[in-house]
Amino acid sequence: MVPATMKPAPFHYHAPRTVAEAVTLLAQVAPEDGRVLAGGQSLVPTMAFRLARPRHLVDINGIDELKRLVVEDGRLCIGAGVRHAAFHRPVVPGPLGQLLSEVVRHIAHHPIRTRGTFCGSIAHADPASEWCAVAAALDAEMVAISTRGTRVIPAVDFFQGIMTTALADDELLAEVRLPTLRAGVRVGFAEFNRRAGDFAVAMAVAIYGVQDGVIAESRLAVGGAEASPRRIDAAEYALRGGAPTRNTFELAAELVARALDPLEDNQNTAGYRRDVARAMVRRALEQAEQKAGA
Amino acid sequence: MNDTTRATQWIGQSVERLEDPPLVTGRGRFAGDINFSRQLHMRIVRSNHAHGKILSIDTSAAKAVLGVVAVWTAADITDIGPIDFREGPIEKLAPYRQPVLATDKVRYVGDPVAAVFAEDPYVAEDAADLVTMEIEELPPLLDARDAPGEFSPGKDTEATVLYQGYGDVEAVFRDAPHIVELKLTSGRHSGVPLECRGALGRYDASRDQLELHGAAKVPHRNKELIARMLNRPPSSVNCFESHVGGGFGIRGEIYPEDILVCAAALKLERPVKWIEDRREHLIAANHSRNQHHHIRAACNDDGEILAIDDVIHHDNGAYVRTHATRVAMMTCGVLPGPYRVPGAYRAVCHFRLTNKTPAATYRAPGRFETTFVRERLVDAIAHQLNLDPIAVRKRNAVTVDEMPFKRPLEALGEEIHFDSGDYHKLLDQVLEYVEWDKLNADLAARRANGEMVGVGLVMFVEKAGLGPVDGVRIQVDTSGIVEVITGGASIGQGFETVMAQVAAETLGTDYKKMRVIHGQTDRIEHGIGAHASRATVMTASATREAALLVRAKALDVAAELLQAPVDTLDIVDGEVVRRDRPGGPSISLGKIAAALSNTSKTLGGRDPGLSADGYFHVEHQVYPYGNHLAVVKVDPDTGGVQVLRYVIGYDIGRAINPMLVKGQISGGFAQGLGGALLEEFTYNERGDPLAVTFADYLLPSLRETPDVEIILTQDYPSPLNPLGIKGAGESGINGVGGAIASAIDNAIGIPGAVTELPVTPQRLKAILDARLKGRIHG
Ligand SMILES: Cc1cc2nc3c(=O)[nH]c(=O)nc-3n(C[C@H](O)[C@H](O)[C@H](O)COP(=O)(O)OP(=O)(O)OC[C@H]3O[C@@H](n4cnc5c(N)ncnc54)[C@H](O)[C@@H]3O)c2cc1C
Repeated sequence: MVPATMKPAPFHYHAPRTVAEAVTLLAQVAPEDGRVLAGGQSLVPTMAFRLARPRHLVDINGIDELKRLVVEDGRLCIGAGVRHAAFHRPVVPGPLGQLLSEVVRHIAHHPIRTRGTFCGSIAHADPASEWCAVAAALDAEMVAISTRGTRVIPAVDFFQGIMTTALADDELLAEVRLPTLRAGVRVGFAEFNRRAGDFAVAMAVAIYGVQDGVIAESRLAVGGAEASPRRIDAAEYALRGGAPTRNTFELAAELVARALDPLEDNQNTAGYRRDVARAMVRRALEQAEQKAGA
Repeated sequence: MNDTTRATQWIGQSVERLEDPPLVTGRGRFAGDINFSRQLHMRIVRSNHAHGKILSIDTSAAKAVLGVVAVWTAADITDIGPIDFREGPIEKLAPYRQPVLATDKVRYVGDPVAAVFAEDPYVAEDAADLVTMEIEELPPLLDARDAPGEFSPGKDTEATVLYQGYGDVEAVFRDAPHIVELKLTSGRHSGVPLECRGALGRYDASRDQLELHGAAKVPHRNKELIARMLNRPPSSVNCFESHVGGGFGIRGEIYPEDILVCAAALKLERPVKWIEDRREHLIAANHSRNQHHHIRAACNDDGEILAIDDVIHHDNGAYVRTHATRVAMMTCGVLPGPYRVPGAYRAVCHFRLTNKTPAATYRAPGRFETTFVRERLVDAIAHQLNLDPIAVRKRNAVTVDEMPFKRPLEALGEEIHFDSGDYHKLLDQVLEYVEWDKLNADLAARRANGEMVGVGLVMFVEKAGLGPVDGVRIQVDTSGIVEVITGGASIGQGFETVMAQVAAETLGTDYKKMRVIHGQTDRIEHGIGAHASRATVMTASATREAALLVRAKALDVAAELLQAPVDTLDIVDGEVVRRDRPGGPSISLGKIAAALSNTSKTLGGRDPGLSADGYFHVEHQVYPYGNHLAVVKVDPDTGGVQVLRYVIGYDIGRAINPMLVKGQISGGFAQGLGGALLEEFTYNERGDPLAVTFADYLLPSLRETPDVEIILTQDYPSPLNPLGIKGAGESGINGVGGAIASAIDNAIGIPGAVTELPVTPQRLKAILDARLKGRIHG
């Protein structure tokens, strides 16, 4: 008899029930190109095209302890089992829940969001991942577990290039932690893509607080434009002390454009990406302001 | 010749589709659903190189895989020639045909090199991965405007140069007061059906019958072609169409895979199944549209176009497939569209091969491209001569008094005769519908407010109902069910419903009590299939002929059985009744069929069976016509384009089922939108295709596609067929590129800005940036 076969290249399938089991398995199979299977929304299509040919899959969907989504010590903890769709409605009161519920609608399409996971997006580290841009903007903490122990990796160290992260092959990204935002903080998000649900050409996340009519604190991150999303210090600095008006926003947007070293591909020149990023920064900042006024 | 005035029961009604019940209850039967016992599965090994010499192919590792039955390369099928042209041999083009498996060279990424046959589809795929080849890379030729290279010794990549024209072009241009000149490009895109291709070959040795299942579009023509290529008598080959998940012109042609499953079924004596995956589809099935036009018009002061001179570089990809030069020839013939062009006309088309996927017809072949080119030209004339673009169109459009209008150009081998129509009237209707002046004033006000919004309009003439003949057999069984056996094909367009409506109307039965047969070459000898918007025009007309004959036969028998004169009888709901005695005696068609059985006493000297064959012949195609109007909004920061509104005016002559017509128009529009803004098969400089998944080949989704407002008129039924039908399949896609291009120009305030489709945001942003630079520096 011919063994059971499928569209992807052959692989071994493992379905651990606990994190401990999962990391033990990973320790064994990682050297033989073993990989975590989360929502499968990035991995499975590439396997179906036989572009990815992992020898082992460690399916974490059956691990209940990874499904947690709670606030602890002022941080929203998002377990590796939490799907994109969980964020369709605000998961926490205040600006953070609002931001996440707005951003999630830009990720793919509804059916994909019911399977794909937040942590899967972070681990996959597509340059144009919305969650990665949010993680960069908020200085998220990534909790990585392996048989060697647990470590917490800050976003600035975590994202290392196109689909490249600080995670070791045998590490499970068990959880991502985002700081909650105090009431009154303004949040905005804008991206440009050719069709609804596509990966964006560029995107911007804007978060700032206003005190006495001027911007007091600010976080501004750009995704999609470079190999990894990042905060743009010069622009954040320029925002602080400025009135939340078009002039201030345009200045910040221009500083972002200057700071970027955009990716080029067959469709998009660096110049085009820079222009789109500039526009998205301005729009994200404006949107935050409009919502505050509304 | 028309009987369009009589009150109708079924014709003209938007009745529900007969096709839907199995489809919406999951009982459809697509190629993938068909299985035969002992079947093998085929996987194609394709070239990863755009251009190269095959030095060696190693299939040993693949052959060693458990479950693999055979692995073929060209060396295993030397008895099978290249894929032939549908219309028969064409000597000049023969050297450019595609071999079933690449012989000495690979010519595009995706070119079939080997075929693996295995017990399981994925074992076949695993084994296909193990086939290795040594290729000596050759430089790829990727632009049809570049100098031709060598195709094979003594043959260059310009397979032929086509010409259509009339008059003394040089003389008219010499004397004309104005010359307008443009360079335009239509991008490479194609029809992308939801269901990828599929084919199953089966050989029944007990009857010496070869069968191809999964056929579509032109099953009868394909039967002939397969027989020719495999050197078998046509009567020993049959094609069977099942449900088809989208055709669009590209599906249903004979491709290497179809021949391979048939040849393998014969040689391996087991059924062979092949189902294409999406990546394969995007690199292996026909591409289309890629043309470069350098066009000039000679005009009078009032915008009258005296002459057109167009030099076309047609990028046909790596080989010349079943259609030969059809798209390019059509391009040359239909380019003038609704405009008179009285002085002279010349289209010279350099039909060139490149190292890309071969190209052929896609919904509105030659028309999507030429409407874009022609209407860009008219806009340019208006701008250069400072005239109103609508006025220029009216100045040039053929009038109702000039109908039928003949021009010495051809489409699909026939001289072009516009059969009927009033292009001006329909244009006025559309302008009135959108309140043209007010619409323009509103848009101008919004532009003054900083928004980039604009409107564009095109006129076009479609072409439908390709002849020369179609036959239909209608037979009524003893239960009264009517079988309509056609040589047509159903690619999802509602073919069964339309034929049933026409048969029911003519016979006097319920359209639901019909079984419409299509795409089964063992049920009827002749058939041309579904392409060129021909099915309703030709097959429905033949259906009507057959139904008239069956009706006459039924009434003749009923007159005898009911003892009544024939002229007092009518057929209502499947019962023959006396018109003069409502409620009187009647007899059902089923009973009449029984009375005509070969052992029946009533039969007399008649041929047995309540059945008849009907044929419909035509000499010329019909020419429906229309307008497209787009309102768009451009995002100046990104170059993104949003279509705010889309209006299509179309005179169909006679709509058998207006709902289906509108469905055809809306669906066509969505595809046109893809070609105008999103869809493009791009390649890098090595000839690697870059759009091989739906992440890169961007089909419009519901979110990008506005509702279409359709003004469907039936003012000019065609005089060329008794029902006045003109065909609907390609009207929705025809003008989209042209209308959107024009609307974008208007929105950004740069006449003639759009010269290339699709208008990607990146291209449009570059146009906007170039203007900014121009302002700063100039
Ligand atoms: C049509 C389409 C459109 C899309 N559009 C977007 C979009 O606009 N924006 C966007 O951000 N995403 C988009 N996606 C991707 C989608 O969001 C994925 O869900 C996401 O990128 C990966 O999450 P996943 O849970 O599906 O991960 P998987 O596909 O299961 O895994 C992805 C990769 O991450 C690794 N991985 C996953 N989880 C972990 C973990 N906990 N620890 C260690 N490694 C792990 C896997 O081993 C694999 O290498 C799209 C997907 C599709 C199919």
